[in-house]
Parts: sequence; structure tokens; C-alpha cells
Amino acid sequence: MKSHIVRLAASKLLPFTLLLSVIVFYRGHNEPGGGFIGGLMAAAGFVFYALAFDTQEAEKKLRVSPLTLIIAGLSTAFISTLPALFSGNPFFTGEWISVTLPFIGKIKAGTPLLFDLGVYLTVWGVMLTIIFNLMEE
Amino acid sequence: MQGILSYLIILLITAFLAPAIINRAGKAASWLLGLVSVAGFLYLLRFAAATARGNTLSMTLEWLPQLHLNFSLYLDGLSLFFALLVTGMGALVLVFAGKYMQPYPQKDRFFLLILLFEFAMLALVLSGNLFTLFIFWELTSVSSFLLVGFSHEKPEARNAALQALLITVAGGLSMMAGFIMLGQISGTLEINELLKSGELVRSHPHYLPALILILAGAFTKSAQFPFHFWLPGAMQAPSPVSAYLHSATMVKAGIYLLMRLSPVMGGTPEWKYILTITGAITMILGGYFAYSQTDFKKVLAYTTISALGILVLMLGIDTNISIKAAVIFMLVHALYKGALFMIAGLIDKSAGTRDLRKLGGLFHVMPEASVAAVISLLSMAGLPPMIGFIGKELIYEAKIGLPEIGNWLMVAGVLTNVIMVAISFALIFHLFGGKLRYAGRVPTRPAFALWIGPAILAGTSLLFGLFPSTVADLLLRPAITSIRPAIDTLSLSLWHGFNEVLLMSLVTIGAGITLYLLYRKVNPVLTYFNNEVITFRFANAFNRTMDLFLKLTKKKTSLIQSGYQRYYLMAIFIMTSVLAWYQIYYTWQGTGINTGLTPAIFEILIAGLIVSAAVVAVAVKSRVLAILSMGAAGYGIGMLFLIYGAIDVAITMLLAETLVLVLFMVVVFHLPKFTNFSGRGSRIRDAVIAISTGGFMTGLVLKAGQMDPAGRVSAFYTENALPLAHGKNVVNVILVDFRALDTLGEITVLVIAAIGVAALLKLKSKKGSAA
Repeated sequence: MKSHIVRLAASKLLPFTLLLSVIVFYRGHNEPGGGFIGGLMAAAGFVFYALAFDTQEAEKKLRVSPLTLIIAGLSTAFISTLPALFSGNPFFTGEWISVTLPFIGKIKAGTPLLFDLGVYLTVWGVMLTIIFNLMEE
Repeated sequence: MQGILSYLIILLITAFLAPAIINRAGKAASWLLGLVSVAGFLYLLRFAAATARGNTLSMTLEWLPQLHLNFSLYLDGLSLFFALLVTGMGALVLVFAGKYMQPYPQKDRFFLLILLFEFAMLALVLSGNLFTLFIFWELTSVSSFLLVGFSHEKPEARNAALQALLITVAGGLSMMAGFIMLGQISGTLEINELLKSGELVRSHPHYLPALILILAGAFTKSAQFPFHFWLPGAMQAPSPVSAYLHSATMVKAGIYLLMRLSPVMGGTPEWKYILTITGAITMILGGYFAYSQTDFKKVLAYTTISALGILVLMLGIDTNISIKAAVIFMLVHALYKGALFMIAGLIDKSAGTRDLRKLGGLFHVMPEASVAAVISLLSMAGLPPMIGFIGKELIYEAKIGLPEIGNWLMVAGVLTNVIMVAISFALIFHLFGGKLRYAGRVPTRPAFALWIGPAILAGTSLLFGLFPSTVADLLLRPAITSIRPAIDTLSLSLWHGFNEVLLMSLVTIGAGITLYLLYRKVNPVLTYFNNEVITFRFANAFNRTMDLFLKLTKKKTSLIQSGYQRYYLMAIFIMTSVLAWYQIYYTWQGTGINTGLTPAIFEILIAGLIVSAAVVAVAVKSRVLAILSMGAAGYGIGMLFLIYGAIDVAITMLLAETLVLVLFMVVVFHLPKFTNFSGRGSRIRDAVIAISTGGFMTGLVLKAGQMDPAGRVSAFYTENALPLAHGKNVVNVILVDFRALDTLGEITVLVIAAIGVAALLKLKSKKGSAA
């Protein structure tokens, strides 16, 4: 698509789409959102970019290949299940710690958040792998 | 017991370090690896005093106790006997292999595999739980597969490896089914508990099926008729493997299992008949084929089959004497056969051939190895003063005075031993005695590392024959007592006085020498007879069955798997809707439909929009329009989710619709122009399928309103999301915490789908560029 308006829109919108996807991912724990939706959003941003330019450009913008996202995502999700084993709990038990950071205040961090990050990355990578491959056809 | 577990772990680690050791340490490497085995042997020997007193050791690590699955070790006289055999033979074979394998490529891999086998075999005989045993049983099959196929560039080696694997693993699987049945009968899989529940097992109605399944495992592993043919095939493996796996240890795993389970399952008429008949047939068949072979290694392979038959027969007779005979013959056979297989390898190495017709007078080239071979062969023939004589005398004694088919067993046993005597004499005089004969290259003097192993084994055969009481007290009697607690004494000696048994021994030797004198004349005739007249080959029959099976599955697959996506979808939709309709029809309560909802006017409008978008999608002739209308329908459904509060679902729906729309659009450009492919008939068929599928979804939703809310799990999730999982969004908490395993499975499926799509498209474009 050689429309300047679309290309301009795609490149300016991409950071905001990604930011939105991260917000959606993070708020997922308490409000609507989560890794799956966040991953879809992030993928949608890059698909729009690829439609405006082409897949090579989009992959360049992504810096890593979608396959790397998949590997990182699946490994993260799997690794997040392991800490439970070290604290004597069954596999997959959510482990939580609360950290008090300056300025921000007390936040809770736990393995389910890490697991959700894995889902986010995997969904992102999977969608891009499928769509980029089809677009290259 | 912790010490034994540690040794097993050390052995496993050594196996994986072996390639590095072999590549770094040079000539000393195999001696170092042998030392690890020797250490194990000496360490295990320390337990001999305890097991001789009748003590047993055991330990259990819980694995999945709900299913009686434990990692257990159990040490009594019987397992110690086998464990010493495994480590002792292991040490000698490793030293032998260090020299023997030198010219082979990838010899580092060989040592990894053979040590892995040693680990698996040792763990098998020390297992205290039937499932622990099963796992290591299969591990020995796998390492045997890799070792038989070690020269993987040779197609014969690959075929033999595959054949051995298929047969032993098929047997292993049926054995597992038998173990499960045994576990259900007795309520335990732990060996020390099973040993106490013999009566319960034997009187249970499921005893016979369980017995047959377990015997299938033992018989395939121990090369009993009609599964015997994989063993001669397995001679494709390098000689150290034949000496270690296929004569001394792995093929004895089946015998071990029979001995182990003999107190639990043995003694019944079924046990006696099956074991006796199978063993006798295997014994005779192995003897006959051994006599008619010309390859030294093949001769040994068939005598091994024969010996395994004798062992099964002895366990089948199941008297005090026959159990004694079985255990002693185990030791006898391992000692002489291990030595002879190594000598076969050594001759091959030195003279370049193993053909008995071409070789002779090897004593002049390899005096040490020849002496070892002669002692071993005398033990095989059952002549004094070797321990083989004691073994054979006991075997004869066990067969005397048996009821029913006892006389026939006696005849078969004498015949087999006559053949053994003839083979032993033929090998002694033709191969080692007389003038030096060779084919092609001049035999060279074998290295120390090659003949030391056979020499030690032969020396042991002689030593145990002369002084049998030490080994009898320390190892054999405890092993026998483990099988049959009633036996608490064992006195062995070479001289029994003049009796029936001695007479039979004399007859055997006399007939054997006669048969030996005929060997040169009879052997070519038999070889001709085997090759030309008997056209039936078990191995070929097996291969043909496998081919037939593959053809059948191919036909079946092409019948079911059409390769057209529309047919797959049709099958899925038809099956699902039929089953769901059936279920809805039979569980429907009442007649009226009450959703309990009063939809607002804009909700009705959205619903109308969805319906009309769907109708448009079906009716229009333009593909782009159809896709857009489907998107509209999807967005409409997303709106409804939003209105009813399922915000997460709504967002996901909208995003997924968007991406699917893009996907469709991308694909549409590549499709050929829209033409009306489907005729009226298929359109009606599709409509029926679509309506019934849509209808059952509607029915399902309405049905949901009738369900009893008491059994709902949603209450649990709503109440516990915050306290247990620290999240307020219940949907997300379910996804990433309560049901995280499901999610992990789902994203893995997603990844597989993505890889599949990528692979299909890449494959297609590659083909396109090639064409």
C-alpha cells in the first residue's frame, strides 16, 4: 500500500499501540485486559505496519524475528512455574512477593505476572509468524 | 542402599562423560572406565555377607504414590547375583572394547551407549518396583537398539537393530499390561510386598492373562521360540556388544524376571507347561541351528538361544533341583559365553574372518586366547573339571523322575548336550588345533587387552569348578534362597559317585564325540539343507508382516485422511452436532424456553445486524464483501458480550475479528477468481450441516439456562481470586493462576500451529522455486 497517509499513520501509531498493549497487559490482573489481549494488540500494531509498508520493513522494525518472541514467551511461561518447586509447593503454584519502591509505593510481583508475560510474548509472536508468512506469499 | 543409589548415579554420569574421557585419555581411557565397573563390583560384593544371611535391603523414593509408582531399589541374593554379573562382565568388556573398537569411527559414542546400557541393566536387576523395573527394561532395549545399529551405514545392521527393537519393545509393552494387572490383583507393585502375595495372585481369575502378558515380555527379551530370531540378527553388533548384551546380561533379563516372579506366579500347571514346552523347543532348535552354522559368531548366537531355552525349561520344571540348576547354569553360561564371544571378536580382528571353514590351528598365533577358549569350550561341553560340568549334572538330575512328558524332556536335554559337546570339540580341534590355516591375511598376535578378559573368565570357570563351595555359599545359595526360601543348603562338588546322572553324562560325551567326528561331513549337508530346503525364515516372515502392516496403515490413512479441509470440517461439524443434539434431546427439561431476559431495543437491533450480516455473507458473490460481512457479524457478537459485562471476552473477540479479517484479506488476493464451484446438491448439504450446527449451539445455550447452579465452580473463583491469587480480574486469574496448566498447553498448541503454518508455506515456496 503506497499511501503516504497510511504509512505516516502506521509509523506514528505503532509506539502508541505498543504502549497500549503493555498497559492492557499490566492492568489485566485487576481489570479487563491481560497477556492474551495485550499480545493480540501488539501483533495488530505490527500487522498494520506491515500492511502499510511490507513484512520486511515490519520485521526490521520489530528487530527480532517473531520466532524469537515465541521462544522467549514459551520459555518465560514455563520458567514462571518453577519457583514454586523451590519453596516446596506443588508445580505451578503462584508465588508472590511485595516490593516497596521509592515514589511508586508498594507493588506486588508474582510468578503469575511472569506467566502472563509469557502468554503475551507467545501470542504476539504466533500471530506475527502466521500473518507475516501469509503476507509474504 | 543409599550407597547403591549413588553408585547408579555415578555410573550414569560416567556414561555421559565417557566420550570426553575416550577422546582425551587415549589408551588408558577404557581401563579407567573399566575401573568404574570394578569399583561397583567390589562395592556390591560387600553386601554378599548380608544377603547370604538372608537379609534384604530396600529403599523407596515416592514418585506418584497414588498410582503405586515409586522409584524403589531392592537387594537380595538374586539381585546381588545379577548385579555382580553386570558389573563384573562390564569391566572386562570395557577393557576388551577399548582395544577392539579402536579402528571404529565414533567410538566415543560407543562407550557412552555401552555404559548407559550397564547403568540400565544394573538398575533393572536392582529395581524394587515393577514399574521402576519396566522403565530400565525398556532402556536396555533402546540401548541395545543403538548398539546393534552401531555401524549405521550398513543396512543389515539397521534392519537387525529395528527388528530387535520392535520385538523386545512389543514384548515390553505387553509385559507392562501384565504388570498393571498384577498390581490390580495384589494392590502393590513393590517387589518385597508382591513376594508375600503369591497365593492371592495364583488363585485370582486374572492370573492366566497376567501371566501370559508378562511371559510375552520375558520370552521376547530372552529370545525364546518363536521370538528367537532377533538374536542371531543382533550379531551385527560389534563383538563387545554381543559378549555383553546378547549373551551375558541383557538376554538374561527375561530369565531374571522369571526368577524374580517365580515365588509370586510360579508353580501352577499353566506356568509349568508354558515354560517347559517353550524352553524345550528353544533349547533343541538353538542346538540344531548352532551345529549347522559356519560363522563362529552365529554358532555362539544359536548356542546362546539354546542355553536360554535350558534356563526357561529349568524354571518351568520348578523343583528344588531345577531351580538350583537354573541359577548355577546362569553363572556357567555367562562365564563361558562371554569369553567365547570376545574370542570370536578377537579372531575376527586378528584373522579378518570368522568363517570356521577357512580357519585352523590358531593356537600357534594366539596361545593365551586359545587356552582360554578351550577351557570355555570344555565348560560349554559340560566336561570336568569346569563349572560347566556341575551345571550340566544338575540339569540332568533335575530332569530325572519327572512325571508326564519328563522322558521326552530327558531325551531332548541329552540331545542338546550331545550337540554342545560336538560343537565344542569341533571348535577346539578345527579352530585352534592342527595346522595353521587362514584366508586372505596372516593372523596376527592379539593384544593383551583383547585376551585378558576371556582369560579371566575362563580362569573363573576352572576355579569355580575346582572349588565350587566358596561361590556356592556366597552367591549361588543366597540367589537360590531368594527364589525358593525353602532351600537353605547347597553343596556342589565335581564328584557325585556312580549314578544315573554320571551314566548319562558318559553317554552324552560318547555320542558327542561321534557327532564331532561326523562334523566335517554333516555340517555342509545341514548348511545346504538349512539354506535351500527350509525356505521359511522367521526373520523374513517378520519382515513381511511388518511390510503388510505398513501397507495396511497407508491404505487406511489415505481412506480417512482426504487432505481436503472442507471434508475435515464437515466431519467435525456433523459428529459434534449429532452427539450434541442427542444429548440435548435426552436431557431437555420441560417444554417452554425461558431465558429470563427482556432485551432492550438496541440489543434487538444488534442481533438483527448480526443475522443480516450472516445472511449477506452466505448470499453475496463477492469474496471481499462476504469477508466484511462476517467481520460485521463478529463485531456484533463482540458488542453483545460488552453489553452483558464480559468485557475481557469482548475485547478479545474484537481484536481476534480484526486480525482474522486482515488474514482473510491477505489470503484472498492469492485465490483464483470467484467462480460458482458448488452445485445445488452440495449447497443444500452444506446448508443442512450449517443449520444443524448453528441449531445445536443455540440449543446448548438455552440448555445452559436449565442447568443446576449448585454445582457451579464460578463461586469458588469469585471468592478466592483476590485472597488466593491476588487479582481482581477473575477471568485473568483463572487463565494465569487457577488453570495456568491449561493455558500453558494452549499457548504451546498456538506455537505448534504457527510453526505448522510457517513450515507449510516455506515448503510450498521452496517447491515453487525448484520447479
